Amino acid sequence: MTEIISLTIDSIPVSVPSGFTILKAAETVGIQIPTICFHEACTSNALCRICVVEVEGARTLIPACVAQVSEGMIVQTHSDRVQRARRTILEMLSSTVDLTDSPEILAMMNDYHADPERFPESNPREFDLLDDNPMYVRDYSKCILCWRCVQVCAEDAQYTHAINFSQRGFDTRIDTFYHITLPETTCVFCGQCVAVCPTGALKPKRQWLLETGYSPIEIMSLTRSKRNGNKSRIQPERKLP
Amino acid sequence: MTDPDVSRLLEILPVYAKQGRPALIPVLQKAQEIYGYVSQPAAAAISRALRIPLAEVYGVIEFYSLLYSQPVGKTLIHVCNDPACAVAGADGVFKRMTKTLEFHLDQDSPTREITVERAPCLGLCEHAPALLIQSPHHVIDGAYEDLVSGTSSRHRTKIGGTVSILTANCGKGHPASLEEYQQNGGYLAIQKALQVQPEAVIQEVKTSGLVGRGGAAFPTGIKWEGCAREPEYPHYLVCNADEAEPGTFKDRVIMEDDPHRILEGILIAAYAIGAEKGYMYIRGEYVYPYQVMKTALDEARKAYLIGEHILGTDFSFELELRRGAGAYICGEETALFESIEGKRGFPRVKPPFPTRKGLFGKPTVINNVETLCNIPVIIQHGAAAYRQMGTEKSPGTKLFCLSGDINQPGLYEIPFGMTLREMIFQLAGGIRNQGSFQSALVGGAAGAFASANQLDAPLSFEGLRSFNLPLGSGVITVFDDSRSMPDILLRLAHFFKEESCGKCYPCQMGTQRQLEIMERMAENRLLPGDTERLSDLAATMTDASLCGLGQTASSAISSAMRLFPHLFKIMEG
Repeated sequence: MTEIISLTIDSIPVSVPSGFTILKAAETVGIQIPTICFHEACTSNALCRICVVEVEGARTLIPACVAQVSEGMIVQTHSDRVQRARRTILEMLSSTVDLTDSPEILAMMNDYHADPERFPESNPREFDLLDDNPMYVRDYSKCILCWRCVQVCAEDAQYTHAINFSQRGFDTRIDTFYHITLPETTCVFCGQCVAVCPTGALKPKRQWLLETGYSPIEIMSLTRSKRNGNKSRIQPERKLP
Repeated sequence: MTDPDVSRLLEILPVYAKQGRPALIPVLQKAQEIYGYVSQPAAAAISRALRIPLAEVYGVIEFYSLLYSQPVGKTLIHVCNDPACAVAGADGVFKRMTKTLEFHLDQDSPTREITVERAPCLGLCEHAPALLIQSPHHVIDGAYEDLVSGTSSRHRTKIGGTVSILTANCGKGHPASLEEYQQNGGYLAIQKALQVQPEAVIQEVKTSGLVGRGGAAFPTGIKWEGCAREPEYPHYLVCNADEAEPGTFKDRVIMEDDPHRILEGILIAAYAIGAEKGYMYIRGEYVYPYQVMKTALDEARKAYLIGEHILGTDFSFELELRRGAGAYICGEETALFESIEGKRGFPRVKPPFPTRKGLFGKPTVINNVETLCNIPVIIQHGAAAYRQMGTEKSPGTKLFCLSGDINQPGLYEIPFGMTLREMIFQLAGGIRNQGSFQSALVGGAAGAFASANQLDAPLSFEGLRSFNLPLGSGVITVFDDSRSMPDILLRLAHFFKEESCGKCYPCQMGTQRQLEIMERMAENRLLPGDTERLSDLAATMTDASLCGLGQTASSAISSAMRLFPHLFKIMEG
């Protein structure tokens, strides 16, 4: 009973069932549209806008992750307009967020010839690292606000609702109720937020300690309170090359 | 400070708890009213009563600029920071106030009694410079009293123009009562509408050619028809009174002077689309208009114009007034729905459009105040008569908000078609203090600048478009040649940075980067490549942002780049 929709993507004729997004339709013919905030298991919010494509007749660019195909649609996934938007978004990200733990985005920057220094004298979003529980650390300087963690903590998976946002606009941050520590929240440490974080903003404690220079044996011998981070924001006074 | 006692809040919570999440912002406003801010224990009590997760309650408090999660002064003074007030000396007001306060702080108590903040446009541009004072007691020689009661010291808004259709009852110095409104033919249109089928009402509105006056100019009749045809019920009617576009004050004036006209428009719209429940979302800063609307609503209810079996027919309709909480983005239709639903004002992805999935996921029509005020005129006199006014492509009359460096700032109603020059130099008395015209910001912060070469642009949708100008919400803010364009542009960039919701990347980061470049321009230290950066930001925000805010956040600055390219050249030496 499913209706088949015919459209053209980058001059290639494509036929897919109705209800397919442009992103999925493009995949069926091997066309890769880049995505950042998109995750198979999460509700798509079309907020990173990296997946935007040019659809003939549309006033603005269209996010491929949520826009559904329609009969006779003509889509260009890599036009100049599209590339300019993607490159600029990547350049803005690079001037805002610490992307050192985001290899996928760094590779994307290469693909789109994005200049990491494009925006000089610009304010980054910088925060102190939060180390308030034994399971994972939160380094929001690396957070790109893809919303995945907030969503898996809520209706997309866990229904824990431990985290949401503080502030708005450029100054938005993922936050708990009045900045309380995670153990004080409803967090059950299921780890799903860590699993869907694409940029290393949320990181397992052990991985972080290893990166900070601790050996596995040293980590095991740390006292409980030290592994807990003492609820304060004390960083293990350690090396880093 | 010890934990504040939340007992007063606990007393009133059960009333709100029944309504669930949609009551969140009203109850937060109540808590703020009682305690001056929303403390952690207060937020926790609200979370329990309304069954909303703690983190989400906090997220909502943090989103809205008029809700505070930290203690602030008992008296809050908001000083407008946008162009029309800036040219009237808002910076001086702000500096003087903060200086006086510093003096008082040194002398008096260590606790903060007064907080002074810079605010986005307060919609009082014709009386610039504007202040909003929120306080539990009288301050500054009774000025507070005058401000909130809208009486004595506030100057009357000049109502001008060549016709008075929508403004027929405006400018009298007091709100038109139900009796006055009826004396001038009010509530006859709803009687007429109720005698025909809803489809006939919609057809009349379609024939009239009326398009939305909030800025997007979507055909009103087509919007209504889309919603009316949706099989899913209930349908909702929402009146968008979240007027916050810098330079705009038209909806405020109508709310203050002729509230029943809006109610009648709402009633007819609700009847046409089959809605039994509606909301009017009034900007949080509009304290006095909210009170006027509340009084008018009570009057209408007593006269059986709102409620069950209106005027003895089968049509029933209830209207709920909502106050915004300080977020320009909530003027965007889907963000406004989110706000009524008790959430952060994030715009939704469209489609689906509101006529299919709007408020609470149900078919919804959302119309601007001025749009709805046209409805009684169309129904009472007929679409054909309505089309006699204005131009072929822009029928009807339009309200224009004139402010800035002109002799007679005020609200002007004209049939579409008069030129920008006639409006500024004939109706509004020309440039004040014998200055000469430099530019006008047309359409608001999301609009575009007009130079002297564009003064012959006809004020109609098609006329302005041919001069590369948007009509937007009908704003014309005039600047004389003594004004610094970089300063005005900086304020616009600042406005968008403050008001971006932060959902989509182009706007979230683009408004910040745009502000940084405008700061450099104002300080005369543009860097090589800044114009290219601005162009890329503008293209990306316009093309790739999720909603209208981001899509227009660079519009005025881009127009300045076209009109005044010398401003963007890097200074030598």
